[in-house]
This record gives sequence, structure tokens and C-alpha cells, in this order.
Amino acid sequence: MSKQLQIEKLPTGIVGFDMIANGGLPKGRTTLIAGTSGSAKTVFASQFLVEGILSKANESGVFVTFEESADDIRRNMMSLGWTIEEWEKNGKWLFVDASPQADHNIDEVGDFDFAALLARIEYAVKKVDAKRIAMDSLGAVFSHFTNAATVRRELFRVATGVKQFGVTALMTAERTSEYGEIARYNVEEFVADNVIILRNVLEDSKRRRTMEILKFRGTSHQKGEFPFSVMPGEGIVVIALSALELKQRSSLVRITSGNAELDVMCGNGFFRDSIVLVSGATGTGKTLMTAGFMAGGALNGERCLIFAFEESREQLIRNASGWGVDFEQMERDGKLKIVCEYPEVGSMEDHFISMKAEIDAFKPNRLAVDSLSALERVSTNKSFREFLIGLTSYIKHQEIAGLFTATAPTLTGGVSVTEEHISTLTDSIILLRYVEMGGEIRRGLTVLKMRGSMHDKNIREFNIIDGKGMQIGRPFRHVGGILTGNLRFVAPDELDRMSNLFKD
Amino acid sequence: MKKYLMKLFVAGDSPRSERAIQNLMQLCDKTMKNNYEITIIDVLEQPALAEDDKIMATPTLIKLTPYPSRRIVGDLSDQNKVLTILGVQ
Repeated sequence: MSKQLQIEKLPTGIVGFDMIANGGLPKGRTTLIAGTSGSAKTVFASQFLVEGILSKANESGVFVTFEESADDIRRNMMSLGWTIEEWEKNGKWLFVDASPQADHNIDEVGDFDFAALLARIEYAVKKVDAKRIAMDSLGAVFSHFTNAATVRRELFRVATGVKQFGVTALMTAERTSEYGEIARYNVEEFVADNVIILRNVLEDSKRRRTMEILKFRGTSHQKGEFPFSVMPGEGIVVIALSALELKQRSSLVRITSGNAELDVMCGNGFFRDSIVLVSGATGTGKTLMTAGFMAGGALNGERCLIFAFEESREQLIRNASGWGVDFEQMERDGKLKIVCEYPEVGSMEDHFISMKAEIDAFKPNRLAVDSLSALERVSTNKSFREFLIGLTSYIKHQEIAGLFTATAPTLTGGVSVTEEHISTLTDSIILLRYVEMGGEIRRGLTVLKMRGSMHDKNIREFNIIDGKGMQIGRPFRHVGGILTGNLRFVAPDELDRMSNLFKD
Repeated sequence: MKKYLMKLFVAGDSPRSERAIQNLMQLCDKTMKNNYEITIIDVLEQPALAEDDKIMATPTLIKLTPYPSRRIVGDLSDQNKVLTILGVQ
């Protein structure tokens, strides 16, 4: 293919977007951003200009506003950390304010065109030597004038005119429903070469933002909906999961689980870049294993990061000290960071992005999430699954060892929903179970799965010793059905007969 | 009687611009005698002035005085309607 035929892409600088757009927006063309109200169209439009200014190329931009006043946009975008006023002073940002003016009483008598608007845009583009244009939102023009047919014809002309300026343009348009016509007035989609749809869907009474590139005329892009979030100080962050590649390196280096006996059961510890799922009912010792995992790392000079979604910092520190783990000392040594958050504070996308930021900042060797089930409580199945894929692939890329906990809903036996989601994504699964025997509750532990390694297949009893933590004992004998929760006692002579059966 | 002070924004010498100018001149001559002043601005020549007045459509007529100020968009083809909007009896 000859060079001229290829459509160049302009990297927008919006995190994740350039990945799903296979490089960015088609350069010198017009892209339509369509979405319902509140779907972050104006944020996208503003960010498109912001990233241009902040980029190495330091590109200027023109913002044509049809709906909100320039003042509203300046103010609203401040909350995202964008100092538009400053850029205006430096000649990097220029508004063309075509929003309705309160003191203008406009009547229509006869035919009109939008030549003035186009002239103003052209003038602005030349004035700051703009490379990027954002127009927000085209449909709002219909509310300024009564003659819809003329507005339609003229908008078409403006959009066509903008193409002649040699800039990369972005127009926003309002949609009336999440899954329906591309844009309300049916004019916007015809003037754009490319269409991107922003959605803000209510799913199980939770809001979920997604972005879909519907078409890029003559060039490629990733298909389907991608979740995104609007973060303070950052703007839109797209979570581009399917754009990630499954190319994690796999090392044979083993690390300690923090418990010598468990290391033996796993065939000499966990793998360094593996994800371990610890599943069990409430109180079986999941947080205990987390604490041990952290302490084991810190002892070897590794950096440990823990995301706690169930307990407060104080609770965690107190509980850990009861097991002989001094979290506070580890923190003073710079070996540990505890991040406590209520799962309810944000969507899964928000959690993913803020966790990623913590990981990037702290650069841990080990990471624990206690518990995934708490997060699952506040998410939909789909976004939880995407979150897990995103998090596991991200930490594997960084060669971080991960330990996630999941809470089983029943006290004995059973599987948690979390387990179903994550079991295929994890390298190892450790089950903690209550075992009722002779009128008392005891605890059992088994390594269910250990990818790439031999492991102990027994269900071992363990005790939680004050000041010492987990002490793993002997396998349960003469008892079956622990995993299912339907206990069944096996007579000792039958057990001998069974084991002799397979001897030669 | 207070003087009519008006601005008319047009785009180049398009037929629509010509019509608007003609219509405005006619009705002013008929009804305002010499008691009016019109500034005609070509947005293609002076886009900065269009920006200052936040003009979107052409032709746009702005009546500055007498109060209240009014804006009329279009080629002013219906002269009676224009007179009513401008408040000229």
C-alpha cells in the first residue's frame, strides 16, 4: 500500500483510548462522540484538547461550545485539574462560544446560514494555529433555532467546512437511548468519518461507563465495549483489557508463603509470578494467611502491598499482632503498605484504576487483596470479571506475586461465586474449611491446585496459635466429604483395605 | 424620536446577503426616514467582530437602540414581521 493511502493516527493521550483506537484518532478527520446525557462527552472533548496541549508537540486547540457557556466549562474542568484559563492566556486554548446567550432575543425572519460560525471557527484555528478542534454538542444548535431543516443543512456545511482546515476534529452529539440511533438529529453521524459511542448504563442499579469505537473509516480499531472511568486529575481512563497481550513471562523462582509447612505442601513455596486464591468461609483464617504471606515477604526484604476491603487499618494491625506479625514495624521499614477502602466508594473501574496507581507508586513484590468477595458485592458479574482479568494480567506483567482471598457463603464445604470467576485465572488455589468432628469445629486446609508443580493432596488440619499464627498439622484421617461439607467417616480398616488395593 | 442604531452581519456577497441588505434598506427608507444608522459587517472579512458579538448565523441584524436590543436572523424577507420585532409602527 502506498504511503498516501494510509490514514495517520493522532495519539490523543487519553489513557487506554489510544490502545483501543490502534494508535489514536484518524488525523485530519472528524470523529463523532455520541452518548446520552452524563456520558462524559464534554470531558472527552475537553481532554482531547488538554492532552494535545500537554503532549510533547504542545498542540493548541479550539473548543466550540454550543451548549454550556465557556465559563461553565472552565469551572467544571477545574475539578479534573485542567487549568483552561491559564492555557487561554498562553494562546494554547481558544473558545468559540456559540452557547445560547441569555440577553439575546433571537427571532427568525427568512432564510439563514451558519457562515458566521464557520468564519469564527476558522479565525480561531488560525489565531492559535490549532491542530485540534472540539465541538460540543452539535445537537444543541437545534434548540437555538426553530427551522430544523435549515439547521440540519447548515450543520452539515459547518462540519464539511471544518474538514478543510486540516485539523483533527471531534464533535459530540446527544443520544436519547443507550442502544438505539447513533445520534438524536441524525445529521451528526453523516458528517463524521468516525463514530465513538460513550455509554453510561445502569446495570443491577450500578452505573457502568463504557466506550465503543463503532467505525473508523478506512482504518482499524479494537471492537466492542471497553469500560472506562473519569478520574479526578486525570479525566477519562479507558480500561483496555482485550488489548492486553497474554505474554507474561513465567519463572520457576519460588517464594515463601510465609508458612514453612505450607511451602512444603506446595512443593517448596509459591511461584514468584503466580496468583494464589485462598478460599474459605468467614473466620477460617484467610486474613491470617494474608498476614503470613506479607510477613514472609517482608522477612526476605520484599515490598508488600495489601488492599483491605473488609477491615480497617487498625483492625488489621491488631489482628496481625495477635498472630505475631508486626505490620506497623513493617510499615516503618518501608516494606509494607496497607490500603484500606470500602468497596462501595467506587465502581470496579474506579477501584481498578486506583489500585493500579497504588501498585505503580509502591512497586511491590507481593500483593494481597482481602477480600475479592467484598468487591464482588458491589459489582456486576461482567465488570467483576473484567476487573479480575485486568488486575491479574497487570500484576503478572510486573512479576508481582498475588494472593487473593474469597469468602465461601456456607460454613462448611461449598464454593464461592468469586471462586467460579477466578479459579481459571489463578495459578494456585488453597481451600480453608471448617470440619465438624466429635462435637467440635476444627479447621482444615488443602492445596487444591498448584499450576506447574507437585503438591500435597491431603486435607491437613491446622490451628491458629496466639502469637504464632497458622500451625499446620496432620492430614485428617478417617473422614471424607470435607470439601463438599457432607462429612462421612471412614472406618480405619476400610481405609487400609483401600490403600492396599492399589499396591502391587 | 430616538435614532435607530443597527448592525447587519452578512457573509460575503452571497444572494442571501444581498437580499438581506436590500430588504433592510427598503424598510428603513420607508419607515425610519433618515433617523437610522446601519453598519454592515462582512463576517468573512472581519470574523473577529462576529466573535465579539457571538454571531452564529448570517444574516443577523442587531438593533442596538432604541431599547430593548433585538436580534433577527434571516434574510428579512417578511418586512412587516421585521418592523414588528424592531418595534417600528
